Amino acid sequence: MKAAKVLDERQGQIHRKGTAPFTIDCDKDSLAGAVSQRACVFCGSRVVLYPIADAIHLVHGPIGCAVYTWDIRGALSSGPELHRLSFSTDLQEMDVIFGGEKKLAAALDELIDRHKPAAAFVYSTCIVGLIGDDLEAVCSKAAADKGIPVLPVQSEGFKGNKRAGYEAACDAMGRLVGTGDISGISKYSINILGDFNLAGEIWLIREYFERIGVEVVANITGDGRVADIQRSHGAALNVVQCSGATMELANMMEERYNIPSIRVSYFGVEDMAEALYEVARYFKDPELMEKAVEVVRSELEKLLPELNRYKKALKGKKAAIYVGGAFKAFSLVKAFRLVGMDVVMVGSQTGTKQDYDELEQITDEGTIIVDDSNPLELSAFIKEKDVDLFVGGVKERPIAYKLGVAFCDHNHERKEMLAGFEGMLNFVREVYGSVMSPVWKFVPRRAEESAS
Amino acid sequence: MSKMPNYTSTTNACKLCKPLGASLAFRGIEGCVPFLHGSQGCATYMRRYIISHFNEPIDIASSSLGEKHAVYGGAANLKLGLKNVTSKYTPELIGVATTCLTETIGDNVPMILHEYHEEFGTDDSPAVVTVSTPSYAGTHMEGFHAATTAIVDQLTMPTAMHDKTNLFSGFISTADIRHLKEICEDWEMPITLMPDYSETLDGQALNEYPLMPKGGTPLVEIKQMGGAKATIELGATLPGRTAGKVLEERFSTKLYQLGLPIGIRETDAFFETLTTISGKTIPTKYSSARGRLIDSMVDGHKYIFGKRAVVFGEEDLVVGLTSFLAEIGIKPVLCASGGNSKKMKKAIEKVMEGMDCEMPIVKDNVDFYDIESEAAELDIDLVIGHSKGYAFARKFEIPIIRVGFPVHDRVGGQRILHLGYHGAQSLFDTITNTIIAKKQSDSPVGYSYM
Repeated sequence: MKAAKVLDERQGQIHRKGTAPFTIDCDKDSLAGAVSQRACVFCGSRVVLYPIADAIHLVHGPIGCAVYTWDIRGALSSGPELHRLSFSTDLQEMDVIFGGEKKLAAALDELIDRHKPAAAFVYSTCIVGLIGDDLEAVCSKAAADKGIPVLPVQSEGFKGNKRAGYEAACDAMGRLVGTGDISGISKYSINILGDFNLAGEIWLIREYFERIGVEVVANITGDGRVADIQRSHGAALNVVQCSGATMELANMMEERYNIPSIRVSYFGVEDMAEALYEVARYFKDPELMEKAVEVVRSELEKLLPELNRYKKALKGKKAAIYVGGAFKAFSLVKAFRLVGMDVVMVGSQTGTKQDYDELEQITDEGTIIVDDSNPLELSAFIKEKDVDLFVGGVKERPIAYKLGVAFCDHNHERKEMLAGFEGMLNFVREVYGSVMSPVWKFVPRRAEESAS
Repeated sequence: MSKMPNYTSTTNACKLCKPLGASLAFRGIEGCVPFLHGSQGCATYMRRYIISHFNEPIDIASSSLGEKHAVYGGAANLKLGLKNVTSKYTPELIGVATTCLTETIGDNVPMILHEYHEEFGTDDSPAVVTVSTPSYAGTHMEGFHAATTAIVDQLTMPTAMHDKTNLFSGFISTADIRHLKEICEDWEMPITLMPDYSETLDGQALNEYPLMPKGGTPLVEIKQMGGAKATIELGATLPGRTAGKVLEERFSTKLYQLGLPIGIRETDAFFETLTTISGKTIPTKYSSARGRLIDSMVDGHKYIFGKRAVVFGEEDLVVGLTSFLAEIGIKPVLCASGGNSKKMKKAIEKVMEGMDCEMPIVKDNVDFYDIESEAAELDIDLVIGHSKGYAFARKFEIPIIRVGFPVHDRVGGQRILHLGYHGAQSLFDTITNTIIAKKQSDSPVGYSYM
């Protein structure tokens, strides 16, 4: 099998487990001309803040940044849906020359009057960083005039990668934390950080926590509400998923309010159960632990017989994973193992050294581990490993499909609930539904195989 | 409620940004890699947006500028990016489009390229075309046309006269491109259609991921466009300077500009132009398609007469669809676009001539907030446009007919045929059946017989 055509500068970001002692370069800027699958700082901020549904999210910049992020995510709200609208100042040439502050102020004035939001987030884009608009000043004036928090998000696209955007988002949320009333909050209370309520997942997770007797103060990044975030410092513990995106906020809350945090994942049976146990363990109340055990037991009782039905068909199929954050990759590796599938490639856009070390430990010999990959590499890995299923986002889907490989969407656009115990079943059904389709009999690579 | 003059915010834009249009045009050239000079996010966002419509991979390279480049200029990264794209893809052409970032920091791209060619150029270096596409000046359509114009402007050279006709077909679906090529083939009229992304963005299932997707307008044909018999350029709201104009100025290539051939009269005009250029009469295949179309319009006219429609999207498409709706007895009551060519109203007046149909409200430079507010007062029956109109159609509980770009909530957006009598037939059937289906599902009786 022909090896991937890889630019020399990228060799350090690809590792085949077992071939050499493990080293991988990561946390680097994308190479010019390499067609990275990464986005930008603005994208990172927009992703994290997107599900705060009673705030307006105003993109201060030219139209592209706003229009490409309009209602593209599956983050649901149980009430207001302001987050599904795309607001922009749509900067024009004259604004670039003379500055966009007046236009921004007028846009805030108009939109806040029209929608009566609980807060406004104002995103800075590349161009705003260059023309030097004083976002801070415009926002604080609007906040004073309108009596709601108006928060600048310093997310100029060129200032780094997506992770810098997560930080900017956490900074903005950090300004809300600590400004609300915290009376009446239970001593067994948590905030959920880093779940985006895709397809309503956070409702499921909340329910699990409520069943074990833990109050959820704020779902900060999923079905989020400004008032909840404002009182989130009243919670006893921060439970952080997708740590890349929200760890910054958790750290800030620990510093300022002494709220510790734990890292969890709600994806896959083991990690979901462990999340509940860990929270129960933290509160050191045997009753909580008993309830957690009970929740896990009753959910597994329903789930496992169903899962086994799919396991037989999926056993030995080969999966490739390429996702945004590495934490999701850990859970996916375990989830595939549970249904008997082999992970032959795993990578992420923004993993850290520590993330990749962990990935190296949990993967099998020969597994390709890759940082900040691109279409040509990914397609070469698919061929090299004769992959049956690819897990990724919208940008990876056509690569897999073009080569006749099954695909599971595990990105923010998805409309299927994949977290929690129920989500595991959905995930396996989705994998099954793609891998087992008769369409692969007709795609060139399988058609040629059966002909030869 | 109409748009106030001091309106300052945009809600749910009905336009995309300029480099996206340029990237699409570049993807329609054989062996071309679209390349955005800017931060990484632009390329990634646009790729995702384009992929979600075409369900096809699209590689758009980026110079991936970071903070220090924003301060010191992006020249070094642009050069490195071009080098890397060249070594990895061995393209024939790299299409460099600028972004807000690089326009604002003032990178002089032609000069940087000149340096690049001096430093790294060899005989087999790919050609590089550059186009200035800051998102703060114009929409994706301006970007599309600017890139098309730049390609012709920078690549054509003096050449011997030949028998081909140039066809600049505008931003149409891949099915439309294939149909135009088929028409010209049936007409026995050799053409150079540009940009031709009918294969590059709508290809076949493969066994090997191609470095470069197959298809696209061949570079060698582009270089010889100046020797063509004539140029046809489609679009009723084209900018003053277009690829066709460049060829006319530089090589005196006879230019025919006409609207997108949507519906009967606009297709008639297109076919008449083909006759004028080729001296050949319309092939039976098309005259009979026209006949069948009219026959079907008679059969279906009662179900749709007087229905009131909102049409939105790119200005050229809106003009064509409006013309067609008037022909089939549907009243276009609001024609809207995020584009701002200042030519749409006039173009619509022209296609409405002789149709005994009231002139619709025409709005350019609007967003979906405006469109929805306006439509709320118009008692409309259907919406015709791309997927982003779904939100308000749903709110109004009226059907939406998906056309144009993007179609993000259905499969097959790239396969929608809008052009020619065949396209009109398919649109007519879809529109009519949608209206019938609505009546049927709203009915307490639910007949299965009309």
